[in-house]
Amino acid sequence: MNLSTHHILGVEDLNNQDVELILKTAENLKEISLRPVKKVPALRGKTILLCFFEPSTRTRASFEMAAKRLSADTLNFSASDSAINKGESLLDTVRNLQAMDPDLLVVRHGFSGIPHLLARAVRCPVINAGDGLHEHPTQALLDLLTIQNIKKKIKGLNVAIIGDIAHSRVARSNILLLTKMGVKVSVAGPASMMPAAIDQYDVEVAYDIREVIPKADVIMMLRIQRERQDACRFPSLREYARFFGLNKQTMKDAKKDVVIMHPGPVNRGVEIAPEIADSPHSVILDQVTNGVAVRMALLYLLCGGKEI
Amino acid sequence: MAETKLLMTEEQMDQVFLEMARKVAANGEDVALIGIRSRGVPLAHWLAKHVETLTKRTPKLGALDINLYRDDLSEVGEHPVIKETDIPFKVEGTGIILVDDVLYTGRTIRAAMDAIVDFGRPKYVRLAVLVDRGWRELPIQADYTGKKIETTADEVVKVMVKELDGKNEVVLKKDFSKRF
Repeated sequence: MNLSTHHILGVEDLNNQDVELILKTAENLKEISLRPVKKVPALRGKTILLCFFEPSTRTRASFEMAAKRLSADTLNFSASDSAINKGESLLDTVRNLQAMDPDLLVVRHGFSGIPHLLARAVRCPVINAGDGLHEHPTQALLDLLTIQNIKKKIKGLNVAIIGDIAHSRVARSNILLLTKMGVKVSVAGPASMMPAAIDQYDVEVAYDIREVIPKADVIMMLRIQRERQDACRFPSLREYARFFGLNKQTMKDAKKDVVIMHPGPVNRGVEIAPEIADSPHSVILDQVTNGVAVRMALLYLLCGGKEI
Repeated sequence: MAETKLLMTEEQMDQVFLEMARKVAANGEDVALIGIRSRGVPLAHWLAKHVETLTKRTPKLGALDINLYRDDLSEVGEHPVIKETDIPFKVEGTGIILVDDVLYTGRTIRAAMDAIVDFGRPKYVRLAVLVDRGWRELPIQADYTGKKIETTADEVVKVMVKELDGKNEVVLKKDFSKRF
């Protein structure tokens, strides 16, 4: 079976069958990471370019590990050590990389839409590893796999996404993917962090997190992205933590079996209190483990077979 | 249109596994049976049942998906769907019998052997197949063979198992679409 798309630029590219195939493949690839030899020869001889034009540890390491577990060669490429610093345009850089004939390109960039631009310039599949304020599809897929693992189902669940919805590509990809898969999504955060056009999505909107927490089966906390705060959107981190952070107080009406997720990196004491981040409800580290499996599945599905 | 010829009934399949189990039991040592997905898995369970009856010991059982080890992954247009690999025992030092339905080119078995050594260094690997249809492309032979038959290139040996196909039966089909 093949995916219906050549690139993974956003959740919008995927239909329900694609999502099911990705999750199933990821689930069955997980076992490789538990073997004495954590490597299979599936992508031997394939070259994967990891182009991270924006800082990343987790996602980049996750893609690199996924590629290596499938025996692909990886080449890292970042903005700081590239010719972009010497004045080369992004498209020229990518055309040069294309000339080296890679089999797949993973790209992260601070501007929305760059992966789409590159996908038109290269012949190989492109995976969006996060573009500006737009999408982060692999994060949404690994979150979905984590939810499925724990809740044993997806359809009909209530998921609350809390925090800076406007600046979060994780939130956007998750809203799109979860609603596509039949999950009831609610979003909550300060009004200053709610996108103006949030009503175009099929989600419930709240400005007080106590409205969404009691019915949530899963709570996804978003990171306060200090690097993306162009203006002051809340008076202080302390105030944010008190009203919009997860802590014993805000959690008191949560379901007993609520699952807490966070895409990382965690600002402890801001969006999530340490005792909550380390509680049995938290699956933050499962998300990281599942991230490798989901990315292995995507690499396998996008560059395993020949083009047809 | 396809012509179908019955090769083995359920009773004959059972007889084959009983005979194999006798040989396995005669060795007197504990073995692990690993079925190759998809149809090798229920067949491994079938063989294990007879081994258990004869030796009063339950053989270890595993399932292996070999798709990630195929030598034609970059040739095939359609991606093989990855199924679960489950080897819930230590491979290191264990005698292993691989179980598959049909032995044909031998490429699946090559892939399976490569996969197994990634789990550890087994004491030995032996091969049990229900049907050997000839046409080997690699120097691989079975240690336990249920039925050996001569086939032509346009024939398909189809092993059906209750768990996946609703019945236990082996048939030989002529597939005219394979004739050029």
